[in-house]
Amino acid sequence: MASYSTNEFRGGLKVLLDGDPCIILENEFVKPGKGQAFNRVKLRNLMTNRQWERTFKSGESLEAADVIDLEMEYLYSDGEFWHFMKTDGSFEQYPADAKAVSDALKWLKEQDVYTVTLYNGAPLTVTPPNFVELEVVDTDPGMKGDTAQGGTKPATLSTGAVVNVPLFITIGEVLKVDTRSGEYVNRVKVG
Amino acid sequence: MEVETPVLGRYGVTDINIDSIPAGPTPLAAGSAEAWLQTSPEYHMKRLLAAGAGPVYQVARVFRDGESGRRHNPEFSLLEWYRPGFTDSDLMAEVSDLVCGWLGCEAPRTMRYRDVFLRFSGVDPFLASNAELSARCEQWVEPSQLQAFTRDDCLDLLMSCQVEPALAGTGPVFVTGYPESQAALARVSEQDGLRQAHRFELYVQGVELCNGYWELTDCDEQRQRFAADNQARLAAGKPEMPIDQDFLAALQAGVPDCAGVALGLDRLLMLKLGLDNLAGVIAFPADRA
Repeated sequence: MASYSTNEFRGGLKVLLDGDPCIILENEFVKPGKGQAFNRVKLRNLMTNRQWERTFKSGESLEAADVIDLEMEYLYSDGEFWHFMKTDGSFEQYPADAKAVSDALKWLKEQDVYTVTLYNGAPLTVTPPNFVELEVVDTDPGMKGDTAQGGTKPATLSTGAVVNVPLFITIGEVLKVDTRSGEYVNRVKVG
Repeated sequence: MEVETPVLGRYGVTDINIDSIPAGPTPLAAGSAEAWLQTSPEYHMKRLLAAGAGPVYQVARVFRDGESGRRHNPEFSLLEWYRPGFTDSDLMAEVSDLVCGWLGCEAPRTMRYRDVFLRFSGVDPFLASNAELSARCEQWVEPSQLQAFTRDDCLDLLMSCQVEPALAGTGPVFVTGYPESQAALARVSEQDGLRQAHRFELYVQGVELCNGYWELTDCDEQRQRFAADNQARLAAGKPEMPIDQDFLAALQAGVPDCAGVALGLDRLLMLKLGLDNLAGVIAFPADRA
C-alpha cells in the first residue's frame, strides 16, 4: 500500500494510524524559524468516529488506508446483514453488519441508493443521502386547516424512523426528511 | 546602503532545519558543482560587509523547501539589514521602532528563551534532562516517534505547540538568549552561568516576525558550526551540504563587529491587515503559484 508524507497531507486523505483507518480533517504546518518543522494534524478515526490530534515531524509518513466511498443500492436484510449492491451494473453485493449500518438503519429503504464506505473491501460505514423521501405509516389523525399553527406531532415512517411533523400530515403521505438532523422538510405527495 | 545580492547562488545552507532548493542541473559557474536558490541573503551581505560596504540593507526574495502553511510559503520576502558597531540590544531597539512604529503596537518586552519556557511550558530548556523534555513532548507525539527526536527537536516541538500559542496572548515579545545549539550564526557568551546565543526573535501576536544576531565573526568557530551542521544532517538522513568557502574567506578577511536581522515582510503585512493567513497577502501562494 502507498504511503503519504506530511507534505501530501490534506483534508479528506485516508490514512492508517495505530492500525485504524482515519480521515484527515485538518493539517497545520508549524515551524519555529530556524527549528524543526512539524505538522499538527486533526483526524477522525473511521472505526470509532472519534477525533484525534497528532503531531508529526515534517517528512514523517503514514500508510494510506484502503478506504473508498461507493454509491450502492440497498437490497434487503437477512436479520444479521444488510445487503447492498454496486450501481455500476456489476451486480456485485456487499453485506454490511449492524455496526456499519448503525444510525443509517432507520433511513434504509429498499432500492434507494446510499454511500457505503469500504475498508479493505468490506463495508465500514453506511451513510444515507442528506435527504430521503419516506411514506408515513402511522400518525394521529390529521387536522385540516391547521397549516398556519406551529404544532407538531410524531409520525412513524415506513423505515421505522419517527419524526416530528406538522399536524396536517396524514397516513400515506410521502415526506422529505433531512437525515442529518432527523427533521421533516416538506410534503412530497399528498395522501 | 541598499544592496542587491544573488537569488541564485553557488552554495546553499548547512542548517539542519532549512532546506535549500536546488536550481539545476547546470552549475552556476565553471568549477562549481551546483546552483541553489538562496534561503537568505546573509552570506552575500556579510561578504559585502567584509569588503567595507558599511551598513547595508535589502529586500530579498528567498526560498525554503517544504515550508508551506498558514504562516509559511516556500518563497517569501525578507527585509534584511546589518549595522556595524551594533550589539543585539542596539538592533532590537531599532527593530522595535520600525515594526511597532508601523504596526502601531506597544514596544516589545524582552524575555529570555529560558524564561518563556519556564513560564509557558514549565520546563527549563537549559537544565532539564533529555528524558524530561522527551516526556513533556508525549502530550503531542507518541513515544515511538520520540525515538527520532533530538533535544532540539523536543524544544522546537514545545516552542511550536506550547510557547508560541501562549505568546499570541501576550503583547509583543523579543525572545533572546537561545541555547548554544540553536545559535545558528550568532555569537555565544556565558550569562547567568549558561552558554547563551546573542540571537533574538520578535513575536507579535504569537507570529514570529524576525530573527537577528549579534553576529559571529570568528571564522574558525563558523567553520566548526558548519561541520557540526553537516554531521547533524547526516545523522538525520539528510544530504550533506557544500560549505560556502567564499563566506568563510570573508570571515577570515574580517567581517566588522555587527548585528544583523531578517524581517519577514509577508507576515508583517499579514499582521498589519489583521489577517491570520499568508494567503491573504500573497496573490499566488504555493498551491496556486
